[in-house]
Amino acid sequence: MEKIPILRMGEFLLVTIQVDMHDRLAMALQDDLTHMITVSEAKGVLIDISSLEIVDSFIGRMLANIAAMSRVLDAETVVVGMQPAVAITLVELGLSLSGVRTALNVDAGMELLQSSLNGSKVLYGSHID
Amino acid sequence: MNTIPMTTKKSTTLAQLITENEDFILAEWMREMKDSVRRGDLIKESELRGECANFLQLMKDALEVAGPSFQNPAWDKAREMLGDLSRTRAKQGFTPSETASFVFSAKRPLFTQVRQHYKNDPDGLASEMWAATELLDAMGLYTAEVYQTAREEVIRRQQEELLELSTPVVKLWDGVLALPIIGTLDSARTQIVMESLLQAIVQTNSRVAIIDITGVPTVDTVVAQHLLKTVTAARLMGADCIISGVRPQIAQTIVHLGINLMDVTTKATLSAAFAVALQRLGVTFVRETPQKR
Repeated sequence: MEKIPILRMGEFLLVTIQVDMHDRLAMALQDDLTHMITVSEAKGVLIDISSLEIVDSFIGRMLANIAAMSRVLDAETVVVGMQPAVAITLVELGLSLSGVRTALNVDAGMELLQSSLNGSKVLYGSHID
Repeated sequence: MNTIPMTTKKSTTLAQLITENEDFILAEWMREMKDSVRRGDLIKESELRGECANFLQLMKDALEVAGPSFQNPAWDKAREMLGDLSRTRAKQGFTPSETASFVFSAKRPLFTQVRQHYKNDPDGLASEMWAATELLDAMGLYTAEVYQTAREEVIRRQQEELLELSTPVVKLWDGVLALPIIGTLDSARTQIVMESLLQAIVQTNSRVAIIDITGVPTVDTVVAQHLLKTVTAARLMGADCIISGVRPQIAQTIVHLGINLMDVTTKATLSAAFAVALQRLGVTFVRETPQKR
């Protein structure tokens, strides 16, 4: 069975979803990721969905769930690189993912995680001076 | 029944009649048209005469080949000319009846000729009249139809242009986009606004988007919901939205309708929103010379 790789980058975990998500793959990712957070004691999770072109309500909820689970395990989650079409679909589905932090790309997401780790106050993906 | 040979015979007569009395018919036709359509401002008389003569010629040719059945391929040329004529008329601003009277004005001169030809043959007169009427009616209907289609085409194009024109996304600063919305927001427009904004966010890598609603006349629950959808979609992509240009009346309406805009930053003016956007990006401005009062 195909698997979504979870890479470790310092204190963060990097998940790049490059295949079309189906429900079983999503459940497996949820299992793997929670396990990985516990094992590696990661402080942040970055999920890159820039290659994801199709989402349904299940995948949308799964993203929200992963963010909530990570928070319980003391890791921040940032979802980055969402395609415009995907964003529109999620909004039309009524999923605003209000508990999930978002950033434009991996770069901005990393910055966001880094600054939240440093304890500085972060709002909307950028610093407030 | 022997309708088909009869029609063919009669139509040949119609063609004959036109050939024999072309000048008379043309002159009468022009006179008729002048009485019903006084649009010297839109079309020159010489031009109109040329069109009439042309069409009469095409009509004659078609009648000789296929008789008065307007759907026959032999009538293609005549139909094409009639179609072009209606389209041009529609664009020039003729009314539908003025356009259709191009065809219907030909009735009297044609019928006069038919009546003269069948002076001593009531049956022949009746059937020939019927054939001619049917033909002219078919042409008239066709004219009206093309006219209508041409007008609808114009309306559709204008709507599209309006939609395109009214949703520009402008870049105010590196990382700051502005979307001035002018006009009422409905579902179709929201879709376009949302798509163009999100596309621009990806292209310019912007972190803050300002939606300016100074030009939106009213905000009801539907418009507010559309705005919130756009804000949420932008947030999902990692950009932050500010709504600016909220006029006093609109602020009152929003509160009276019980719309919750608590999660969205709102500002009264575009400049205030821009200041917030720059602050979020960590950009500061310093005045070099003291302000003169």
